[in-house]
Amino acid sequence: MKFAILVNEGPYTHQAVDTAYQFTKAALEKGHEIFRVFFYHDGVNNGTRLMVPPQDDRNIQKRWSELGEKHKLDLVVCIAAAQRRGLLDENEAKRQGKDGNNIAPGFRISGLGQLIEAGIQADRLVTFGD
Amino acid sequence: MSEEMEGGTVKKFLYVNRKAPYGTIYALESLEVVLIGAAFEQDVSLAFIDDGVYELMKGQNTKGIDMKNFSPTYRALEGYDVEKLYVEKESLDARGLAEADLIVPVKVISAREMTDLMAESEVVLSF
Repeated sequence: MKFAILVNEGPYTHQAVDTAYQFTKAALEKGHEIFRVFFYHDGVNNGTRLMVPPQDDRNIQKRWSELGEKHKLDLVVCIAAAQRRGLLDENEAKRQGKDGNNIAPGFRISGLGQLIEAGIQADRLVTFGD
Repeated sequence: MSEEMEGGTVKKFLYVNRKAPYGTIYALESLEVVLIGAAFEQDVSLAFIDDGVYELMKGQNTKGIDMKNFSPTYRALEGYDVEKLYVEKESLDARGLAEADLIVPVKVISAREMTDLMAESEVVLSF
């Protein structure tokens, strides 16, 4: 089956993020396709490479990036939600006159249309959040 | 399930609004998805349940909390061909609200009818 994943919550604050990751990983291991993982609301914070969790804890960003690299996942962060919360890629940082970017490897910033498209293209859109 | 139309697939999208308009950003960012999604010419319905019914209340005044009152945007939805708005009767009743308290024309349906609406929708986005 072709899944699309919507992650609506922030890392560490909410277990929805962990569940989304475990679901995505399990679905891939079972041979399903993940059309896209879309990060919205505080979920965009999954994609900052500046997170530094304690060493004995999971690194949520790194985990997504590694899973993404292994399975060629399309990890998309909503641009409007990201800008509000201070998540920028190189282009956006330049465009907004900011002195740095913080997007993690394997993530890309794009519009909400990517979420709608995922809903249209996937057999199931699965939402993780409150 | 989904019918092929010229230009691509048309699916039944249902946006479920469950949260009060202020307090969290879910209601505002849900509306942003609806507005962007309108460009995709899908079969769109909006549902308002639980505290989500407060999103449509008339006379919202946000001056005291220094936030933007975005409730007029619901009135603009018609211009985006988003015209199917469903409000759950039980949620209105529990909050002492009536259809006349709402800022836009809606269809008030029962919780039972709401479950049918959800069951027949193909893409459910819940905020």
